[in-house]
Amino acid sequence: MSRDVRKDNGHVKTEELDRVTIRFAGDSGDGMQLAGLQFTNTSAVFGNDVSTIPDFPAEIRAPAGSIPGVSAFQVSFSSYDIHTPGDEPDVLVAMNPAALKAHLADLPKGGTLIVNTDEFTESNLKKANYAANPLEDGSLNGWRVVKVPISSMNARALADSGLNTKQIDRSKNSFALGLMFWLYERPMDSTIRWFEEKFAKNPQVRDANIATMKAGYNFGETAELFPVHYRVPPAHLKPGKYRNITGNELTALGFLAASRLSGLPLFYGSYPITPASDILHELAKFKSFGVKTFQAEDEIAAIGAAIGAAFGGSLGLTGTSGPGLALKSEALGLAVMVELPIVIAMIQRSGPSTGMPTKTDQADLLQSMFGRNGECQVAIVAPATPAECFSMALESFRIAVTHMTPTIFLSDGYLGTGAEPWRIPDIADLPRIEVSYAKDPATFKPYARDPETLARPWAVPGTPDLEHRIGGLEKADITGNVSYDAANHDKMVRLRAEKVERIANDIPEVQITGDQSGELLVLGWGSTYGAILTAVQRAQARGLSVSHAHLRHLSPFPKNLGDVISRFEKVLIPELNLGQLALLVRGKYLVDAATLNKVSGRPFLIREVEEKINALVGSKVRV
Amino acid sequence: MSVEAAQGNIIPLQRKDFVSDQEVRWCPGCGDYSILAQTQKVMPDLGVPRENIVFISGIGCSSRLPYYMNTYGFHSIHGRAPTIATGLKATRPELHVFVITGDGDGLSIGGNHLLHAMRRNIDLTIILFNNRIYGLTKGQYSPTSEFGKRTKSSPYGTIDYPLNPLSVALGAEATFVARSLDIDQHHLVSTIERAAKHKGTSFIEVYQNCNVFNDGAYMEFADKAVRPDRVLFLEHGKPMIFGKDRDKGIRMNGLHPEVVQLGNGITEADLLVHDETVPEPAIAFMTTRMHWPEYPEPLGVFRAVERPTYDALMQEQIDDATQREGPGDFEALLNEGDTWTVE
Repeated sequence: MSRDVRKDNGHVKTEELDRVTIRFAGDSGDGMQLAGLQFTNTSAVFGNDVSTIPDFPAEIRAPAGSIPGVSAFQVSFSSYDIHTPGDEPDVLVAMNPAALKAHLADLPKGGTLIVNTDEFTESNLKKANYAANPLEDGSLNGWRVVKVPISSMNARALADSGLNTKQIDRSKNSFALGLMFWLYERPMDSTIRWFEEKFAKNPQVRDANIATMKAGYNFGETAELFPVHYRVPPAHLKPGKYRNITGNELTALGFLAASRLSGLPLFYGSYPITPASDILHELAKFKSFGVKTFQAEDEIAAIGAAIGAAFGGSLGLTGTSGPGLALKSEALGLAVMVELPIVIAMIQRSGPSTGMPTKTDQADLLQSMFGRNGECQVAIVAPATPAECFSMALESFRIAVTHMTPTIFLSDGYLGTGAEPWRIPDIADLPRIEVSYAKDPATFKPYARDPETLARPWAVPGTPDLEHRIGGLEKADITGNVSYDAANHDKMVRLRAEKVERIANDIPEVQITGDQSGELLVLGWGSTYGAILTAVQRAQARGLSVSHAHLRHLSPFPKNLGDVISRFEKVLIPELNLGQLALLVRGKYLVDAATLNKVSGRPFLIREVEEKINALVGSKVRV
Repeated sequence: MSVEAAQGNIIPLQRKDFVSDQEVRWCPGCGDYSILAQTQKVMPDLGVPRENIVFISGIGCSSRLPYYMNTYGFHSIHGRAPTIATGLKATRPELHVFVITGDGDGLSIGGNHLLHAMRRNIDLTIILFNNRIYGLTKGQYSPTSEFGKRTKSSPYGTIDYPLNPLSVALGAEATFVARSLDIDQHHLVSTIERAAKHKGTSFIEVYQNCNVFNDGAYMEFADKAVRPDRVLFLEHGKPMIFGKDRDKGIRMNGLHPEVVQLGNGITEADLLVHDETVPEPAIAFMTTRMHWPEYPEPLGVFRAVERPTYDALMQEQIDDATQREGPGDFEALLNEGDTWTVE
């Protein structure tokens, strides 16, 4: 971290940093997600690169002041291109004792701790299981503790606001936000605009939030609590127009893009499930684009309706998480048998069973790959970053309709709820999706195939003289009639598998970041991208022979994957599971891949990947 | 061949135009043959081009029906036909979508979907073949089997109380609820036709004989010789009269229906008048609870009311939004919110 200290305003110094990570932590009623998001947007608009990770309890409202009720939001912002929300925070804002207790362990010694002293009352300390007040017993000596009576100053700032005590207290996150804006030299206009829009119908609340945010900002400027404030200059991102947006929002936009670019209407059938529900919320807004959303009675109905929509010629889409995919598996097998192009947006969370719904995981790769009865291949694509959710959502439908196959878009909670700057694409640059329905009764056979892709024709009801029947029973080749013929079944099983395998001819080869051959290849997929890339870059900077390859296509694998793997002495596969990609890679390429596994509900820290790289090739540092 | 094309050539579609080239494979003597024949017979009268008709089914003997219809068809998975039909009808409201199901498919494994299709009032015609047995899996009891029934899976008799499909349909507030009988061709064909022409979810329970695993399930009242005396044919706006000599009827005694003999001071004016259109389904519900031998077995349309359909409401929201906001501007949507430019 570079530091450049200079005098400013006569009494407070400004220090220049290239990256800062802040964690806002408070009670789930304290508005920490809101404060974090506003800080993120402001930083993004300011021109920093940003990366975020929210961390909220699964309970809607655990008892106030309790540790299970703590909600947090971490944002990292920088003057260079970053790929993760930071291993650990530089600054922890703790709004109450429970937040301090839950998050202090992640704050490195020497880090800045901003505490809301007003909440360190006897009863709150007890709720957080503190025997003594940590602000007084010396236990925080290793950190730079900044004590701010946030609640009472907020209350004083809003004494004349006309709001009642409870309403006033609810604005204290805005005071804290204002203070952080001052500390990091951020302008407040974007948040002021946001308050004006959000509370347009409630001017008292709008004015109170703006007033207390300014009070927090001014407090930073006048109080002598902080000897310096900090500046993180804008990052040098690729030229273009940007907005800050979450992976799930981009997923919804990507699916809408598929509808625009194919000219087919989009239908989304879904049952609410964390962390996929935001996709339903987003798509439900797109009425004027003709998008139809259906909140189904259960997960099975959601995919059934998507299959029905695809039968009718729409882009049939359903979305879910691990437990929901388990319920959808029989219907997904039906979609494989009838060879209709549906997409399942699968946003992984920690399992098994209900697991930890708000925490992230990559443990549904094998479920996505194999979780059905019979030989039942589907295509699988996986975005690597929140921004990539857009292009990979589009890619999932391109594959589905081109190859007439169900396709899983395999994302996770970390990608879905995380946000980063997204370069808004020029619509003219997006790939078109060519679709043609069968029309000609003279040549139509329900299970005839395209010689290149093996896709069967898409003949939709309403087309005269193409009346035909499909279903879950085995189909006779070409005619699609029900068939129990042994040789036919063997042929059809192989045809369906081959159809999915041939998608490899239609997807990009996997790229290597770093040397094209060498000692170690770190092979990843999905949301571990940022941690792996940064760890590999650090290792490369130290002279290690390490390269990175990241898979966006998991079924089928890119054609060159076997060749890429063979060019390295060792392969390391880091995953947030117990080794699922590793199992597939070992099985397919007979390579003794090393693994790095973590299933804590949290993404990899960069240093965890770095340490593993060191353990494998660290002794061979070239000087 | 479309209806217009057919009419242009003055060749109306006939039943045979709806017969597919697939060999029908139900057991000889199965009640399903009659239901198939009556269904095919109704098709030309619907005024719907053949290519716009779709039959969707689940799993079970009944669910083989789509293979035998020369329309678009989808033989799906157990219990899920209403879900596929919902997705299809929601996206293609101009299609006429039929759901073919059975007592196991529709009321056991797929009970949830059936309920929700009906309460949404999506415009589907649902025909449930009720043979009170699992036929395809060779003879286990179903959710409509009589209490105590001995079957392969209940050698000591069932201890499950059966579901009444029509009571369930009314509970879900289906807008069209009817019951018919496989061997009463005339009644069946007219019931299917009315159901098909109803806007909204129409639900028909067809009493169907499984001559292999549950033969004679309905014979006590369905047999032609006794039917007039043991079946009450519901007719809208008419008093509930039955009997070969039309001399018996249903009268309310307090809150309960009772069977009365006309004459001796009891006239038609004392009888309950059947009204399909009552918004409150209470009387219809009571009627679905009447069974032989305490009562004559009621057949016919129990309820037929109008209510906006799910598919129409869905389209209406889109049309309203498009009119209010203008057709979606994708570029503007991508550029929404706070944006900044990096040079």
